[in-house]
Amino acid sequence: MRNALGAVDSVLLLGGRSEIGLATAELLVRAGARTVVLATRPTPAAAARAADGDGPAGRLTRLGAEVHEIDFDAARPETHAKAIDTAARLAGDLDVVIAAFGVLGDQAAYEDDPVSAAESVAVNLGGHVSAGLSVARRLREQGHGTLVVLSSVAGVRVRRANFVYGAAKAGLDGFAQGLGDALHGSGARVMVVRPGFVKGRMTKGLPAAPMATTPAEVAVAVVQGLRDGSPVVWAPRGLRLVFTAMRVLPRALWRRLPR
Amino acid sequence: MTFLTGWGRTSPTPATLVAPRTVAELAALVAGSPPRGLIARGLGRAYGDAAQNAGGLVADLTRLEPGWSLDPATGVVTASGGTSLHDLMTGLVPKGWFVPVTPGTRHVTVGGAVAADVHGKNHHLDSSFGAHLRSLTLLTADGTTRVLTPSDETFWATVGGMGLTGVVVEASFGCVPIETSRVRVEVTRTRDLDHTLEVMAATDDGHRYTVAWVDLLARGARTGRGVLTRGDHARRDEIPRARDPLAFAPAARVAAPPWAPNGLLNRATVRAFNQAWYAKARERRVIQDIAPFFHPLDFMEGWNRMYGPRGFVQYQFAVPFGAEDVLRRVVSRLSADGVVSFVPVLKRFGPGTPGMLSFPLPGWTLALDVPAGLPGLARLLRVFDTWVAEAGGRLYLAKDSRMRAELLPVMYPRLAEWARIRQSLDPEGIFRSDLARRLGL
Repeated sequence: MRNALGAVDSVLLLGGRSEIGLATAELLVRAGARTVVLATRPTPAAAARAADGDGPAGRLTRLGAEVHEIDFDAARPETHAKAIDTAARLAGDLDVVIAAFGVLGDQAAYEDDPVSAAESVAVNLGGHVSAGLSVARRLREQGHGTLVVLSSVAGVRVRRANFVYGAAKAGLDGFAQGLGDALHGSGARVMVVRPGFVKGRMTKGLPAAPMATTPAEVAVAVVQGLRDGSPVVWAPRGLRLVFTAMRVLPRALWRRLPR
Repeated sequence: MTFLTGWGRTSPTPATLVAPRTVAELAALVAGSPPRGLIARGLGRAYGDAAQNAGGLVADLTRLEPGWSLDPATGVVTASGGTSLHDLMTGLVPKGWFVPVTPGTRHVTVGGAVAADVHGKNHHLDSSFGAHLRSLTLLTADGTTRVLTPSDETFWATVGGMGLTGVVVEASFGCVPIETSRVRVEVTRTRDLDHTLEVMAATDDGHRYTVAWVDLLARGARTGRGVLTRGDHARRDEIPRARDPLAFAPAARVAAPPWAPNGLLNRATVRAFNQAWYAKARERRVIQDIAPFFHPLDFMEGWNRMYGPRGFVQYQFAVPFGAEDVLRRVVSRLSADGVVSFVPVLKRFGPGTPGMLSFPLPGWTLALDVPAGLPGLARLLRVFDTWVAEAGGRLYLAKDSRMRAELLPVMYPRLAEWARIRQSLDPEGIFRSDLARRLGL
C-alpha cells in the first residue's frame, strides 16, 4: 500500500532491463519499497545475469528489496494477463507498475523493411495495450495503484526523422490517457511520462538532442510525480513549454527539423 | 464505492461501505468471503489507514444493534461494538459513572477502543481500555461469534489487534464511580523538557489524569517547555452548589471551515498560538467540565480539515523509562527544524495490558500532528523510527500511516505470537485493511 507520505511497498517493472525503469525502482526501494518484480524478455543472457546475482536484481536485493524475476515478452500479448497474475501472486497488491518496455530502431531501416517496422509498433504500442489493460484490471480490483507509462516527447508531435517510433508513442500516449480516464474514480491511476532525449543504452551512438536528460533524472521526475499524484510528467520539466510551442509550429517548418 | 480515509485524510482508497443492522447480517457478509476482505469501521477517528480496505468491504458498525446497559451494582457496562463513548458518557455521567478510559475524543466506538486498546490521560494509574474489559463478543472469520474473557489468548490478540482477528460486536467493562461531572484541574508551566519530565515523574501518581503540552517551536534553553495539566474527578463538596452536579451537556460543536487551505497551520500561526497558550497558562486551579478537559478538540467538528486538503500525519511513539534521551533528541530535532505541530502531547505511561499488539508500555509517549506536505518529513520520521525502535519503543498502530514494515517485529516483539493466533482464527485473511497490507500484518 502507498503510505501517507507517498512511499510504496511493491513495484512491478514491465521491461525489466529498462534503464529508466530500473533507476525508478531503485529510488522507490530507497524510499521504502520492499518487493520488486522484474518482468523481462526471456533470453539466455537474462537468465545468466539473474543467476550470477550481479545484474539489476542483485543491486536491488542489496538495497534490501525482495526481488523476483518473471518472463515477459512484449511482443506476445496473449501472455500478458498471465504475467500480471504471476507478478501479483509474488508481490501481493501492485502499488506501482512501470511499463517501460520498447524499442527505438532505425527509421531508415524501418522504411526499407516494413515488416520490422510493424513489429516494432507491435511492441511499442500493441504490447502496451494488452499489458496496460491487464494491469488496469488488476489495479481496479485492488482499488489502488499507479500504472506509470513511459511515453515520449516523440509522440507529442510526430517527426519525419523517426515517425514509425513516434507514431507508436503517439498511439501509446493517447492510449495511456484514455486508460487513465477509464480508471478515474476506481482508486487506480495512470501516470504518463514524457521524457525527451534520454542518454542511455537505447540512444547510444546518436547525437544528443537539446535538453537531453539521463535515466536517473527521469527517475527522479517519475518519483516526484508519483508523490504528487501528477497525471503527466515531462522530463525535463521545461519540455512541456517547448512542446506547447512545437505543437503549433507550421508543418512546413516542422518537417524540416533536422532530427 | 466510497473513498475512505483515516482522520489524517491521507491515502484515500475506495471500498464498498456496508452498514449491517444485526450481527446475523454482518456474519453473512463475513461468510460470503469477500475477495478483498472486510474490515470494521467505527467513527473513523484512527488517523491512518486502519479502517480502510481498498477494493474490499468496510463494515460501518455504528448502526449495529445499538444499545448498552449498566449494572448499577457493579458499574459494569455491556455495550454493542458500535456504541460511541459520547453516547455512553451522555447516559452514564448523569448516573454517576464514567468510562474507565477515554482517548482525546469521545467520538470513538467501543469496538474501536478495544481494537486499538486506547489509552487516556490516566494511563499511568489505570492502564489502557483493555485492562478494564470483562468480556468481549467477537465475530470471527468462520461467521460465528464467541465470547472471550481475559483468560483466552484470542482475547489478548483482539485487544490492540486492529480489528484483524474479527469484529468486536459487544464488550463489557468496568466503569468508574464519580460524584460530579466536573474535574478539578491544576495547571503548571515548565521551563524545558527535562523540567517537564521531572515534574511529571514526581507528581503524576498524585493525580488520576495528567498530560503535558509541549511547545515544539521554543528553542535554545526553552526547548521542550510545556504546560502540564493534571486533573481529578471533583468531589461534590468541591463544586459550587450547582443545580445538578452530574450534568453532562457538552457545548454544541462548531464546524471547521471545509475550505481550509494547505499551510493554514504554519510556523507563524502555530508560534502565535503557542506563545499565547504558554502565556495564558499561569499556575492555577480550576474546576472544569468533562468535555473541555478530556476532549478539547471535540468542540470543533472536523478540526482535521484545518491541515488543508493534503492532510496530516500523527506521529505517536512510546519509549520505556530510561530512554528519555530519545524524547530529548526528538524534541530538539523538531524544535531545531521548526517543525510545525499543533498540539504535541507528552504522557507518562504506567503498566501495559497483555494485548500482543497493544501500544502502551511503561515509559513515555509523545504524540504530534504534522502536515503531510512538510518537505523532508518522510526522512525525518524514519530517523525517529530508528531511534524509537533501538530504545525498545514503538509506534501506535491506530495512528500510524507511514511506518516501514521491517520495524514492526522489533517494536512489537510478540508479533509472531499474534500472527499465529490470527492465522488460526482467519486462515484465509478475510479481515483485512490497508494498514494490514501496508505493514504485512
